Amino acid sequence: MIERLFDLVNADAALVRRGRFLTTDFLVEVGDEPFHVSVQDGRIASVTRGPAPARPWRFAIRASAEAWREFWRPVPRAGYHDLFALTRFGHASIEGDLLPLMANLRYIKDVLAAPRRLGRSD
Amino acid sequence: MAARIEPIAGRYVHLTLGGRDCRVYFEEAGVGIPLLCLHTAGSDGRQFRHLMNDAAVTDHFRVIAFDLPWHGKSTPPAGWEDEEYKLTTAAYVEAVMTFSRALDLDRPVVMGCSMGGRIVLELAAGHARELSAVIGLEAADHQTPWYDTEWLHRPDIHGGEVCAALVSGLVGAPAPDEHRWETLWGYMQSGPGVFKGDLYFYRVDSDFRERVAGIDTRACPVHLLTGSYDFSCTPEDTLRTAAKIKGAQAAIMEGLGHFPMSEDPARFREYILPVLDKLRAARSGPR
Repeated sequence: MIERLFDLVNADAALVRRGRFLTTDFLVEVGDEPFHVSVQDGRIASVTRGPAPARPWRFAIRASAEAWREFWRPVPRAGYHDLFALTRFGHASIEGDLLPLMANLRYIKDVLAAPRRLGRSD
Repeated sequence: MAARIEPIAGRYVHLTLGGRDCRVYFEEAGVGIPLLCLHTAGSDGRQFRHLMNDAAVTDHFRVIAFDLPWHGKSTPPAGWEDEEYKLTTAAYVEAVMTFSRALDLDRPVVMGCSMGGRIVLELAAGHARELSAVIGLEAADHQTPWYDTEWLHRPDIHGGEVCAALVSGLVGAPAPDEHRWETLWGYMQSGPGVFKGDLYFYRVDSDFRERVAGIDTRACPVHLLTGSYDFSCTPEDTLRTAAKIKGAQAAIMEGLGHFPMSEDPARFREYILPVLDKLRAARSGPR
């Protein structure tokens, strides 16, 4: 699902515009599986699956596969409907340098939620 | 064709709060029992515009919402430019009661949301004789913090953008986009540091876990309504609070979040109208 970010985000002109001042790398963990997401001027430059030793990232968002599956439902249920709902209830954790995340919070939230548009939960 | 003009009227009243003159903006619509509405932290009284446009409410209630100083169209008091704004329980109570007295409101029902829902608990405990009831929306006696408020006011992050982006998740997932984004616009428009200053009250200066047991609901009935999607004031927080207040009524609103009156007005009225009916019946009966 997370690999679809490349297509989903880059095809969304409003979302790319919202992130146009952001160039950063962040990590998304789906269960044990890491995905390295590289953002260049609001576009997703790459989503790399699997461990990438010594490849830096600014912040990491980690949640179980089950939590992400709930999060990506078209209309998620309460407690799984927002990044901070996930962390509030212990379904996810955020670590690293939060400045690029907080300065671009709506963009990052919208990027992470983009798979909801696929209309499937698997 | 006649223009569509809403029945809401807005005016300014001057109040002395904390010893200083404050120019306070308020809006109202309707006739009947005064229903004084308190907005959430970091926003303003526009959140109640749908209630003020609902004849089922305004046929029986005079719905009034004021913007706290620093919020909406209420300016900060002179000298603000060198202050760090921090709302306290004492200042909040003073603002609500001074406004109510200034407008000669006769035992209003006070309905507040979020921090407004928190302060109505204190009002019910300390000012029951001047009120006929309180309604706490997304209300609890205490909050478990879920982020660091330092992010809300700093030069390298746009305050309006981050405030709105943080609270965006508190809107219920089924909320209509139009109302979701209007609710968030209120946060985007808030002055620098105002949301953070409100959260000083909400997080630091209003732990009412001991206080609420002293509320006498025979003198001031308490109704609590919380949305199922609210993870800031969770349904569990509200039910825990209600359990400590003998006679308090509590209900969970399915599909709603932290801003029920503005994020999904149609869904909210299904829950608020029965409460208002009940209060109206109680008010017309013997006291």
